[in-house]
Amino acid sequence: MAQETPAGDLRLANLTKTFGPFTAVDDLSLTIAQGSFFALLGASGCGKTTTLRMIAGLEEPTSGQVLLGDRDIAGLRPYKRPVNTVFQSYALFPHLDIFENVAFGLRRRGIRSVDSQVREMLSLVQLDGYERRRPTQLSGGQQQRVALARALINHPQVLLLDEPLGALDLKLRRQMQIELKRIQTEVGITFVHVTHDQEEAMTMADTVAVMNAGRIEQLGAPADIYEFPATAFVANFLGQSNLIAGEVSGSNGDDTLVTARGARFSVPSARARADEGPVYLGVRPEKLHLAGAAVQVPAGSQHLEGTISDASYVGVSTQYLLRTSWGTELSVFVANSGTQQRFAVGERAVAYWDPRHAFLLGRRADEDDRTTPVLDQPVGASS
Amino acid sequence: MSRVSRWLAQHWVMGVALLVLGYLFLPIAVVAALSFNRPSSRLSYDFNEFTLDNWRNPCATSDMCDAVLRSAQIGFLATVAATALGTLMAFALVRHRFRGRSGLNVLIFLPMATPELVMGTSLLALFVAGGVPLGFWTIVIAHVMFCLSFVVVTVKARLAGMDRRLEEAAMDLYASEWQTFRRITLPLVLPGIVAAALLAFSLSFDDFIITNFNSGTTVTFPMYVWGAAQRGIPPQVNVIGTAMFAIALLLVLATMLRGRRARRSAITAAVPAPRAASRS
Amino acid sequence: MSILAHVPAGSGQPASPPQTARSARYRFLPYLLLLPGAAWLLLFFAVPLVQLASASLYDPEGSLSTGYALTWAFGNYPTALQQYWPQFSRSFLYAGMALVLALLMGYPLAYAIAQKAGRWKNLLLVCVVAPMFTSFLVRTLAWKTILSDNGWLVGLLRDVHLLGPDGRLLATPIAVVLGLTYNFLPFLVLPLYASLERLDYRLLEAASDLYASPLKTFRRVTLPLSMPGLIAGTLLFFIPATGDYINAELLGTPNQYMIGNVIDSAFLVRLDYPQGAALSFLLMSAILAVVFVYLRRAGTEDVL
Repeated sequence: MAQETPAGDLRLANLTKTFGPFTAVDDLSLTIAQGSFFALLGASGCGKTTTLRMIAGLEEPTSGQVLLGDRDIAGLRPYKRPVNTVFQSYALFPHLDIFENVAFGLRRRGIRSVDSQVREMLSLVQLDGYERRRPTQLSGGQQQRVALARALINHPQVLLLDEPLGALDLKLRRQMQIELKRIQTEVGITFVHVTHDQEEAMTMADTVAVMNAGRIEQLGAPADIYEFPATAFVANFLGQSNLIAGEVSGSNGDDTLVTARGARFSVPSARARADEGPVYLGVRPEKLHLAGAAVQVPAGSQHLEGTISDASYVGVSTQYLLRTSWGTELSVFVANSGTQQRFAVGERAVAYWDPRHAFLLGRRADEDDRTTPVLDQPVGASS
Repeated sequence: MSRVSRWLAQHWVMGVALLVLGYLFLPIAVVAALSFNRPSSRLSYDFNEFTLDNWRNPCATSDMCDAVLRSAQIGFLATVAATALGTLMAFALVRHRFRGRSGLNVLIFLPMATPELVMGTSLLALFVAGGVPLGFWTIVIAHVMFCLSFVVVTVKARLAGMDRRLEEAAMDLYASEWQTFRRITLPLVLPGIVAAALLAFSLSFDDFIITNFNSGTTVTFPMYVWGAAQRGIPPQVNVIGTAMFAIALLLVLATMLRGRRARRSAITAAVPAPRAASRS
Repeated sequence: MSILAHVPAGSGQPASPPQTARSARYRFLPYLLLLPGAAWLLLFFAVPLVQLASASLYDPEGSLSTGYALTWAFGNYPTALQQYWPQFSRSFLYAGMALVLALLMGYPLAYAIAQKAGRWKNLLLVCVVAPMFTSFLVRTLAWKTILSDNGWLVGLLRDVHLLGPDGRLLATPIAVVLGLTYNFLPFLVLPLYASLERLDYRLLEAASDLYASPLKTFRRVTLPLSMPGLIAGTLLFFIPATGDYINAELLGTPNQYMIGNVIDSAFLVRLDYPQGAALSFLLMSAILAVVFVYLRRAGTEDVL
């Protein structure tokens, strides 16, 4: 990093990148507060990595600005930017040992005495004693930490992480998520983290931006996005949702009224993204409860009837599919708390929910119900 | 009985392979044996009597040693030139887009698919038509030409297999274009360049057909052997042949052993140090 | 993402002035890098071929001392072919026979190294290349010793009556074909090995699990999957073998001469350039034709 100041927020202004006829990033504008842990979440090909590479300087924007504080860095070569990257699959230099990998950035900036800094950094990532090893002699998790140390030692104003945990197995990934969060808190540098793993994004980031087709669909704190998604894409990309096609039929005080499949429902107006025309009535599977008959549904709840078409026992919960009279299968997660009634496939059942847990999203008139597959995986997770 | 036939069914391929390897090594063994031979007559190719004279006195026929030296000089010059030109071409081909790429690829591929005889005669036709005197330098020119394609292909393969992200990472870590090339690209491509140079040298050193057409009166080692085959081969030729074989083989085996040792230490190192293991 | 523009080239629409200058500078770089090598190949490979073509059309009455005139003497071709048809066809016959032998030896060898050698793989691979560490000519001369009339091999073959009491190996077509096979075998084995090495052993297990006999497994799985290496290896073997004349010269007699011997003497002994050039061109065209037909046929899905 050339100068310590002027630090400041990272701002992307109307950033666009096209590859021939393909628009990878489409007029993207966003502000990432200094010192925050920011996640860009999206399926592969959504433009998140291209965005990251434009911040790093590895890709030239077709148009738009990358501002760090008040300075536009979009035209600078990568080595002139106070920005460092942890690359996907790490890109450790195979011909240099761990010490020289970590010292690389310092040496290129002409710093002579790197010894103490490198050792300090290696101990921050808990790799003391590994100085003379080669990258190929380390495990995946260790390589990942070397990549992190190699970037952090330069005290960049912004640290970019490109799917940094993608190559690790599940257990190690969870450990590293906590580790990364700890280190970010410790060093206080702005982290911009690109991932397709919704759980990873939610665990670590203060702010998550969900990207789709080169644009940001929604930006906010993980819990806010999850509890009140802005679009059908977000509702299904971040966790699962049951989206039932309906029409707004009016309002009643603080509630918006919806007609769907001949039945009437209500949603608090504060949780409605649309107040007229075609909408989706959305409820998360874990917000649905099951009862044997309509009379057992508590007062104040709303419900739909159907037949249990599938029940998968997954340990912490049982995941049911409830086939409605018009054929849509709703997913319902029932916690295995031991107090819940069990249902068998073929049984009639009623799914009910508290209207405060539902949400309304705008819908194109030609779109039908959208529910997610039973598998507990976000769309595009296998990229 | 069925155990025998099952064993045969599983191992006959290996058996055939070893026989074929024997076939490949048979002449080498003969060359080595003949290097210790005192031939009964100049034109005899049979083993007569054991002697160490040939090894003590490899340059007894001084023409031969001159020819070996000349081949080494030509090989050196051709290797340096072909490696330099070929490496530049490989970089351009892997790293840049430009017009005429497919035409160029054909131009690089063709010399490898053309019989040496045709390349040798066509160069001769050119040199004669251009009034270029044949000799040392026309051999060098010819050798650079046919080594070039092999260098391009070898370096290109290494370069194409290199992860571009390493260079991006270096640039991200404050290395300018030149520093990135010097610190990352070059060290990583170097094994490919070295392999290409070794290949070029061995091709040049051993070339007979193309050299034969373009050498004039200059005598390289293969040319010397060719000429001597008519008059009777001095046994020292077999000394050179054996020595070449032994040196090259030792070099290759040494590199292999080094590689194996590095791999073995990689395996031991993969077991993490106890302290780090307890923490991570 | 595969569409990443490469960094040093920095093409595309530049976002700011300094990068425009960069792009301009880097646009010429590839041509600069290519220039010396490409020029060398043009000047000393392509131009000579043109020169050879024109030399083949020189007036056959000319000579090196009196000079040649380009008279578009197409008659050089039929004349040369007529005169040297035996050597010409012999080149392809010997190279073809050597190829068959080499395939019979090389395929098991490549297969064994790729699939059966385990930790000895690299060492065996070195063994395939190692014979090439000695000079081509010295190796060929060693065959002269092995095949000589009073050598052990001929003695053995005479004892078991595979050869008559006066039977010879040296100075026969057998010696030449054996020499060709020997000298170019590694060129066949290496690409074949590369193909077979990539062959997943589990595919063979899957095939035998699906009731394929070993022979069927070979025909239906191993052979088709090794096709790229087989094609490359065959060409790398066949092209130099056809153009070779060292084996015919050292292990054979004029009765075994191949077209290379004729071309060699045309250029270096008889100094009949038009004829030598015409024969060179004929050889190249014939090889190209064989290669082309072969590639066309091998290109089809089911080779057998």
